[in-house]
Amino acid sequence: MGAMRGHKPDSPRLLVIACGALAKEIVALRAQMGDGASAMTLQCLPAEYHNAPQKIAPAIDMILTERRDEFDQVLVSYGECGTGGALDQVLEKHDAQRLPFAHCYEFFAGSPLFAQITDEEIGSFFLTDYLVRNFDRLVIRGLGLDRYPHLRDLYFGNYRRVVYLAQTHDISLESAAADAADKLGLEFDYRYVGYGELKSAIKAATDAIVEYGGHDHVRD
Amino acid sequence: MSDDEIVLRELSDDDLVEQMKDDLYDGMADEVLEGTKILLERGWDANQVLSDALVEGMRIVGVDFRDGILFVPEVLQCAHAMKGGMGILRPILSATENSAKIGKYVIGTVKGDIHDIGKNLVGMMLEGAGFEVIDIGINNPVENYLAAIDEHEPTVLGMSALLTTTMPYMGVVIEEFDKRGILKELPIMVGGAPLNQEFADAINATAYGRDAARSAELAKALVGRNH
Ligand code: B12
Repeated sequence: MGAMRGHKPDSPRLLVIACGALAKEIVALRAQMGDGASAMTLQCLPAEYHNAPQKIAPAIDMILTERRDEFDQVLVSYGECGTGGALDQVLEKHDAQRLPFAHCYEFFAGSPLFAQITDEEIGSFFLTDYLVRNFDRLVIRGLGLDRYPHLRDLYFGNYRRVVYLAQTHDISLESAAADAADKLGLEFDYRYVGYGELKSAIKAATDAIVEYGGHDHVRD
Repeated sequence: MSDDEIVLRELSDDDLVEQMKDDLYDGMADEVLEGTKILLERGWDANQVLSDALVEGMRIVGVDFRDGILFVPEVLQCAHAMKGGMGILRPILSATENSAKIGKYVIGTVKGDIHDIGKNLVGMMLEGAGFEVIDIGINNPVENYLAAIDEHEPTVLGMSALLTTTMPYMGVVIEEFDKRGILKELPIMVGGAPLNQEFADAINATAYGRDAARSAELAKALVGRNH
């Protein structure tokens, strides 16, 4: 291991490709990481792909086709996200990993808690810090509720409550999330979950890249 | 509205049908409803209004949705407009004898999943194609499908899933049908955005419905009524 391939720079490099909905979170996590943090390059895709998952795999394929060689390791900060297997095919082709979860709600909450919440109430609609901050753009405008308010019950008629899976302790986000629930006509439930499995994945990737560098690549 | 009404009434049958398809595409529920009434007043058969104006309009919507020209909110608006027209056609259709249904179709979203927009759309197109549609709703465990088969004796059964975590459950249901000998007699259709033909084949589904119009065509073919 550790040997340099082709045009790679001297120190080992980690590429993190992330959904735009996780950019802020990953930057915050990077600041908590040790040596590996400086080896990490972050590239984000538009968060809007959330509502058009068929665009995710081709976009990641394009980035990896272009840049895979520059990096020793790649972490794709996506879940399966509704690509129907297409993302995993791309990742296999480029020898890259993603988070082993269905979607961001599951990796923030962790699988057992996520399962528990949905078992408790299947009609749970999840918010994250990102979704709360961008609620009007992604949910209200994204689903066309600004233009067609009467569609609200067609979308959310099957739902009973909003579950806000908070990444940070932030009173203003909490109250914005409660307002969002109100706009959807749903009950509100708050759960602080932190960065969950996203943190473990970023930590594992940055630790691994330091190890990968071994003694030849100790950074100052 | 009254302005539009005058304009619609002045159109020839052909132009009115074209206009209705445009109005449906634009999600203009009042206009679609009005057009439906006018065609009926002009002596059109309810079945023909349904297929030439509403179903055909919705088929075009489906194509543009698939091609990324229309988005979910617009499709919902279109569906809402179609529903309005169907609201007045349905009682006429069920009262007339030539409306003998071509089959019974039980449709539902699988356990763990409460997405239902696509399922509802497919249900509407199936109804438009002449099926009696029994919608068993969302979050259905295998027991619900079995109960619906017992109660309604459908000619086709459809399952919808929008989550990659709930897709595999379709396979579980099909396996149970197979164990009970149901699969031999009852064609099973599956659909939902993350699915594809490969997945449908892997779980032994009879057919995979990529979109609502195609699903209605496939369903007709399955009951031998595609001509
Ligand atoms: C609209 C939507 C919602 C609405 C649902 C409203 C409703 N009443 O259904 C809302 C906003 C409420 C919602 C909620 C959630 N959603 Co959602 N949602 C979508 C979205 C954007 C579009 C789905 C849709 O309605 N499309 C429009 C219809 C017309 O298309 P369709 O469903 O594909 O159906 C067509 C065909 O597939 C076919 N078809 C469908 N069913 C059937 C059945 C048969 C028998 C046949 C023959 C054919 C057929 O014909 C249909 C008509 O052409 C998708 C992303 C996407 N673009 O697919 C995410 C998506 C499916 N959702 C997702 C998620 C994660 C959720 C939530 C967990 C999010 C949250 N914040 O809580 C919850 C689910 C909670 C739960 N317990 O189920 C993910 C799934 C990820 C994954 N790994 O699978 C997706 C992919 C978004 C993403 N990238 O993260 N969602």
